[in-house]
Amino acid sequence: MNLTLHVWRQKSPADEGRMVRYEVTGVTEHASFLEMLDILNEQLIQKGEEPVAFEHDCREGICGSCGFMINGEAHGPLPHTTVCQLHMRHFKDGDVLHLEPWRSKAFPVVKDLVVDRGAFDRIIQSGGFVSVATGSAPEANLIPVPKALSDRAFDAAACIACGACVAQCPNSAAQLFTSAKVSHLNLLPQGQPERYDRALSMVEAMEKEGFGACSNYAECEAVCPKGISIDFIAKMNRDYLKAKSTAVPKPPLEA
Amino acid sequence: MTLDGKVPSGPLEKKWDEHKGHLKLVNPNNKRKFTILVVGSGLAGASAAASFAELGYNVKCFCFQDSPRRAHSIAAQGGINAAKNYHNDGDSVFRLFYDTIKGGDFRSREANVYRLAQVSVNIIDQCVAQGVPFAREYGGLLDNRSFGGAQVSRTFYARGQTGQQLLLGAYQALEKEVATGKVKMFPRTEMLDLVVDNGVAVGIITRDLVTGKIDRHAGHAVVLTTGGYSNVYYLSTNAKGSNVTAAWRAHRRGALFSNPCFTQIHPTCIPASGDYQSKLTLMSESLRNDGRIWVPKNPNDQRSPDQIPESERDYFLEVKYPSFGNLVPRDVAARNAKAVVDAGRGMGPQKNGVYLDFKDAIQRLGKKTIEERYGNLFEMYEKITGEDPYTVPMRIYPAPHYTMGGLWVDYDLMTNVTGLYALGEANFSDHGANRLGASALMQGLADGYFVIPYTIGNYLSGHLGQALTTETDAFRATEADVQERIQRLLSVNGKRTADSFHRELGRIVWDYCGITRNAGGLKKALELIPALREEFWSNLRLPGGADQLNQELEKANRVGDYFELAELMCLDALERDESCGSHLREEHQDEFGEALRDDAHYSYVASWQWNGVGKAPTLNREPLEFEFVKPTQRSYK
Amino acid sequence: MSWFTDLYQSAVGKKAVMAVTGIILFGFVLGHMIGNLKLYEPGTYCAYLDASGTCASKPLPYLDAYGAFLRQVGAPALPASGALWIVRVVLLVAVILHMWAAWQVTRLSQAARPSGYVNQPKRHTSYASRTMRWGGIIILLFVIYHLLDFTTGTLNPGFQEGAVRRNMLASFSVWYVALFYIVAQVALGFHLYHGLWSLFQSLGWNSPRFNRWRSTFAHAFAWIITIGNISFPLAVWTGLVR
Repeated sequence: MNLTLHVWRQKSPADEGRMVRYEVTGVTEHASFLEMLDILNEQLIQKGEEPVAFEHDCREGICGSCGFMINGEAHGPLPHTTVCQLHMRHFKDGDVLHLEPWRSKAFPVVKDLVVDRGAFDRIIQSGGFVSVATGSAPEANLIPVPKALSDRAFDAAACIACGACVAQCPNSAAQLFTSAKVSHLNLLPQGQPERYDRALSMVEAMEKEGFGACSNYAECEAVCPKGISIDFIAKMNRDYLKAKSTAVPKPPLEA
Repeated sequence: MTLDGKVPSGPLEKKWDEHKGHLKLVNPNNKRKFTILVVGSGLAGASAAASFAELGYNVKCFCFQDSPRRAHSIAAQGGINAAKNYHNDGDSVFRLFYDTIKGGDFRSREANVYRLAQVSVNIIDQCVAQGVPFAREYGGLLDNRSFGGAQVSRTFYARGQTGQQLLLGAYQALEKEVATGKVKMFPRTEMLDLVVDNGVAVGIITRDLVTGKIDRHAGHAVVLTTGGYSNVYYLSTNAKGSNVTAAWRAHRRGALFSNPCFTQIHPTCIPASGDYQSKLTLMSESLRNDGRIWVPKNPNDQRSPDQIPESERDYFLEVKYPSFGNLVPRDVAARNAKAVVDAGRGMGPQKNGVYLDFKDAIQRLGKKTIEERYGNLFEMYEKITGEDPYTVPMRIYPAPHYTMGGLWVDYDLMTNVTGLYALGEANFSDHGANRLGASALMQGLADGYFVIPYTIGNYLSGHLGQALTTETDAFRATEADVQERIQRLLSVNGKRTADSFHRELGRIVWDYCGITRNAGGLKKALELIPALREEFWSNLRLPGGADQLNQELEKANRVGDYFELAELMCLDALERDESCGSHLREEHQDEFGEALRDDAHYSYVASWQWNGVGKAPTLNREPLEFEFVKPTQRSYK
Repeated sequence: MSWFTDLYQSAVGKKAVMAVTGIILFGFVLGHMIGNLKLYEPGTYCAYLDASGTCASKPLPYLDAYGAFLRQVGAPALPASGALWIVRVVLLVAVILHMWAAWQVTRLSQAARPSGYVNQPKRHTSYASRTMRWGGIIILLFVIYHLLDFTTGTLNPGFQEGAVRRNMLASFSVWYVALFYIVAQVALGFHLYHGLWSLFQSLGWNSPRFNRWRSTFAHAFAWIITIGNISFPLAVWTGLVR
């Protein structure tokens, strides 16, 4: 099949950036979307042009590296699918596709379709962990965890931090990502001692990064490749509000 | 060079405790005076970096991904072994040790493997405390399953995403220490060389992948946790970015590379669909529990699989191995599937797969049961191939998956270069010639959480007060080498892309140094590879510059190292004139086509010393002695 | 107040404030609609019957009597219209906080994406959720008009204080006024639907036990209030109520 691509090209963070039109020919339906871009890049290099930079690594939908907008949808039209797992059989010959990077103040464009998602790491640094030093853990079966609770925590822990939720959100909010991590740990007995501190510091870290405010549009849930539910956002809000009203916050970390 | 593994003496079960008890310690107040460089942030790297920081060391951690959470450990599906014996089915540290040694076909060190089995139980405790949501029983306790043909249920798992959950646990521990300031994280930063001064590792040279800036980092110790090198085959189940560069650069600076030809080829992967194929996707081995593997008896049968009657199907594994059938070990299944495809009997548009058929299982158990067991795998298969495995048999083909070979390390995980350590898949140590399922995650975390934090102190304690500086001749010279190499890559101005070279190289290594090898093929590969390497350095086309995000430059730099590694793999495979572990030397098989190991001549670790590009490396042999177990020959008849 | 200002610092806190004020305003529009159903009660209401059972006070249409009741409620413990003013103040504070928080989170979200998409993102979710901001502005304009129409009477031809029914008929018999009311009520309906569902999220009221009822609840009350409110101008305009 032959496709027309309009791809966001931006040389560096400081560069203006613009959409550039490319024609890709001879794409088979069995190729993945990223393999289609590989083909485009091979053609560009042969023509002496710079290939399109895009992020990718495992190409199995689990590392969370890949992702960009395809015709206004994060990771493209197929639900519960990262762009590396999206195959060309879901497109038609002659399709016109617009590819853009995630757009958010907190995700500055690095180059072309590559953005900097360091904000997510900083949110985790603020409290997305259980403070248990190596070697200090008790016997694993000492604390039974109801299966339903453990499964629920897993549903939240499945987040791959790709950033699609932020990209699709009309507010550019990071509630789905943050709440997934808050909920994963706050649901489990192991996460209880730091539960309210975690909710407080992670919400505040998230807001400090410059993400927008959640208006409960649920766009994030619609595009999340791992199908993470916005129920976790409600859970995070509850823990946060409870923390604000009752909990004694811990002193800030030493610098 | 004589290789001393520094294995402690004494009874097997006491070696580690005795050793730990006598390791030199660093005073808690002095730990902050040391800086450790950790390269890589997968299970081994993240766990080591976090544990070092908790002890009080300063850590600089480097990863080429945009976040440490994306290291390729994240893609591991199956599970992690631990000798907890929760199922009361007779598991023990000794049994896990024995299974691992036997699974490695008696090509690993007894003491290392025993220690691995010992600390396996601590790993589970640690991960559960971190909030890793392992599968649980209805009573709330941890669930286990039998995995990869083990006779006991000792595999802990988290749906099909065990690696992801374990890595997130380690990553969170790492980020906790980034917040305290004990770890400084360098994402999108690739190690391009090791700085060795008078035989001691003193630092690394890195490239900032966004700005292209070349930096020097000095440390009191350098810990490489940079994974395996399956991507030498181009098509593998590894992430696209997984590479050998850090380990290879260390090798070129003097670190020995052991058993490079020991690579594991996983039998159940989705076959390539065309020349553009960029990687292969693994599907859980558990599929072989209910699927039946076959090809049509007539290789030119054009009918769709459901139209081919039973009598015209060749269930080649069931025929050849009546007692194990489709559940023969990975290497046996992979070897037989490749033989069938090589004989021109492959299925699918590329004639490169064998059928894995669930028709009988669906008839026997009902579609619902199959859906419960494999629903997510079937979905993944359909996503990739567009075919519905409930009605059309799956097509599978082996793919490179894991590399047992790696940098030589002693019992303390230090390479032969003083101050340089290698952990996880990057070292050669624990899996011998073949790795058991659910053992890779165990090893990565064992090394990072429970081995290196003890052993590194023993080394560092002797270096208190040693000032760190990057203003030395060694740093200057190494940085100049890195700059020169980048300029060399950029100035070739040829016609072929890095990927096109990589594909061709991968094909050579796959054909001649894959699951089956023979002397003739390996010799041929040893002629083809240097020729291709020379073409690479004279005909590479590399767009863009060095001072920007340049993914083609990253690729080309890594491919450059793969040529040298591939040559060493073939040389190692040629030298190892026996069938062993995950692969078969065609000259060494019995009348049934079974592998014949040669303990009399090859019971050693082949450790290679770099002598320069195109120059024959020096082989050092570390003999393997089996004091506690007796090597036996496998049989799956 | 420090816990409140502290909470209000965060966007999650702002949304909680919007949810709580939203609940207050929802309670008001529900009560307002139910009160207005008095429009349909035939006959007149008599406040004082003498011993013989004849009306000693001026008989009033039920709607007017209800209006008088709202002014008297709480008497004699409260001064005249005291309760009404308390409610008005609470409502005014709620409206101001609701709008102020809405304005701030809107600004926050605009700042969070300084350079927008060239190709507008597809929207997967409800029309209601996407029209909260414009819908809110329409409702605000409507409320201002509504107060000028029925509370101060500035825009009501021949306005009579307390003659609620008469004033309503006067206003709604003009077709474009009736139409404006209807349009505004549709906007209110959408706003209520998303708001009623959304407040559960913002306040963290989430449980597998009742989650599926949240949407039903929001749908039901949005429809009840919208249909109720639309019926008044429609009934007058079509002549069903004279």
